[in-house]
Amino acid sequence: MHIIENGNVAAALGVMLCRVNVIAAYPITPQTPLTEKLSEYVESGEMKAEYIPVESEHSALAVCIAASSAGGRSFTATSANGLLYMHEQVQWAAGARLPIVMCVVNRAVGAPWNVWNDQQDSISQRDTGWIQIYCADHQQIIDSIIKAYWLAEKVSIPIMVCYDGYILSHTYMPFDVPDQKKVDDFLPPFNPDYALNPHEPANLNTVTLPDVRLDVRGELAHGYMEIRYLLHEEMRKSLTVAAEAEKRFVDIFGRGGDPYIEPYLCDDAEYVAVGLGSLTYQLRVCVDTLRKEGIKAGVMGIRFYRPFPDIALANALKGKKGVIVFEKALSYGYEGALVSDLKSALYEHLAGTGTLPVVQNIIAGIGGRKIRTEDLTQNLRTAIKGQVTYEPVWIGLEI
Amino acid sequence: MQAKTTILSLPTEEFLHPGTRACTGCALAIAYRIGLKALGKDTILVVPPSCLTVLQGLFPIASTKLPCLNVTFASTAAAATGILATLKAQGKDKIKVAAWAGDGGTSDIGLQALSGAAERGDNFIYLCYDNEGYMNTGVQRSGTTPIGAITANTPFKGKLQPKKDVSAIMAAHNLSYVATCSASYPLDLFDKIKKCVDLPGTKYIHIHIPCPPGWGYEPRYGIKIGRLAVETGYYDLYEIINGEFRLTGASEKLVEKRKLIPVREYFRAQSRFKVLTDAQITDIQKEIDKKWNEYYKKED
Repeated sequence: MHIIENGNVAAALGVMLCRVNVIAAYPITPQTPLTEKLSEYVESGEMKAEYIPVESEHSALAVCIAASSAGGRSFTATSANGLLYMHEQVQWAAGARLPIVMCVVNRAVGAPWNVWNDQQDSISQRDTGWIQIYCADHQQIIDSIIKAYWLAEKVSIPIMVCYDGYILSHTYMPFDVPDQKKVDDFLPPFNPDYALNPHEPANLNTVTLPDVRLDVRGELAHGYMEIRYLLHEEMRKSLTVAAEAEKRFVDIFGRGGDPYIEPYLCDDAEYVAVGLGSLTYQLRVCVDTLRKEGIKAGVMGIRFYRPFPDIALANALKGKKGVIVFEKALSYGYEGALVSDLKSALYEHLAGTGTLPVVQNIIAGIGGRKIRTEDLTQNLRTAIKGQVTYEPVWIGLEI
Repeated sequence: MQAKTTILSLPTEEFLHPGTRACTGCALAIAYRIGLKALGKDTILVVPPSCLTVLQGLFPIASTKLPCLNVTFASTAAAATGILATLKAQGKDKIKVAAWAGDGGTSDIGLQALSGAAERGDNFIYLCYDNEGYMNTGVQRSGTTPIGAITANTPFKGKLQPKKDVSAIMAAHNLSYVATCSASYPLDLFDKIKKCVDLPGTKYIHIHIPCPPGWGYEPRYGIKIGRLAVETGYYDLYEIINGEFRLTGASEKLVEKRKLIPVREYFRAQSRFKVLTDAQITDIQKEIDKKWNEYYKKED
């Protein structure tokens, strides 16, 4: 069924369709309409779930962690400082290998206080062991949540579904709400290998030594390092599982394609703009303009930021003259986190082949600073003319 | 009213394996063993980092025969809520959830989550085992460390502030049940858990836990020191059922006897109070006497 709604409602509908058992949330702008909508679904009886109005984000994820450990499908959502306040729990959920799905409605972090959009909140959680998916429109939000539960439960790794605050969360757009029956076909009930149970007691997440150790049956149990290695290893492998999820999704719902990257006019492009989230759709307009000027440009949207689709990106960007990476976040003291990751992937797979593109980093929209399409286009033109700078270029900076 | 449990009527089934990693003379091992008996087998435990984390053993060996979720320091009560939510969603209403946290994990870092869960009325039992300091990290002060106690970060003057009254804070949440216990009276703990476990909403039990390395006494004196805390009128055993306060057990008997052991005996039995002056002890004795005179008046 096609409807016109905002991005937060798209997310709420996705959560309802996934038959989530436990929702815990604490209000923070611009996430609030999403969790308010879920409380409406639950209180009206439209959705059968437990809704826990917790007293903090730290507790929101605590509820999800415990609910998931007991065998329930759980959901939370947050933004900005809410996500930062959760940080300890974010790491915990990954280490405990719990398939929680959380929406991050991207917003700038304090200080100073700022409620507008950028992506510093989720980018700062890059190294926590969560899969990160970025959405560029409302259809991707609802579809990503459904795919995320399937993938998370398959690989036992939590997933952040990230979308830009206001630009997506509060704007109205048409999108298709999948049929419940099709979602049920796609996503079976959550059935973990172990859930807390008095008939089969286990002591979960207890102190684990640096070295491997024998258990009471004389079998070798993992040390902390083995447990953490497996998180990394299985996260890398989840790229393959994500492809399987995407294929199943296309078969059942008839839409989708590449799970990790979303290329636009990239095949014959000499220059490619790269980014995460809604910015990549705005960049398509810039590229259309440049094409009219005879410049062969394209856009590469990255859907999966972690695990990083390094091979897919290196293959897609191989032999390009230039790659311009636009970011709404940065790793303070160096450059955008994405550009560092991308340069690392290109070096790893293309160094010495004569196909390494030149890479430019552009920072835009920090704290909701307006990103005008003309400015994006002009910065692309400048970068394409070969005026590559060592430090990132900040669009619209007045200092 | 239920009959008082005796050592003969205590269930024989054990949920704590012998040979835990607790320190010699640890009173928590007693309270935990007896407490688990009262909770019974249909229980899921929640434990934040604390002495209990160590007591329960290192992966992959566990000393508890009940399922236990180890959680982050500040999240104990919220985690209990999360387990309950899944149990409710799955219709498993016979399984109980019990949180066991230390005094730091309750009175300091865990207070927000506990207050949130209590305000929501989430149906679980929260047991705070109070050894009056961050003993697991090497004896630092906590909110419940009493005035005058030397700790690793109140090294010379002793703690300057009085103990935070967590039970009173929890009582202010209008809970169905709030009680204080002591590891030195384990059967009283057993009966109080039994009494409240099926009551609605959040139940709170505060357990005084003598700690040989943290308090500075020979391990064999733990029970005696815990009893002295009660018999001097320094630490009171009581319960508050739906807002109704009453002294219980050994404290109730003190009202009948009308004779408290001087609190000096309690302080002088532990090296942590060595900097408390006689004048300070006299002041504390006055406060205790005042408190107990109120109890006596109520009884008359």
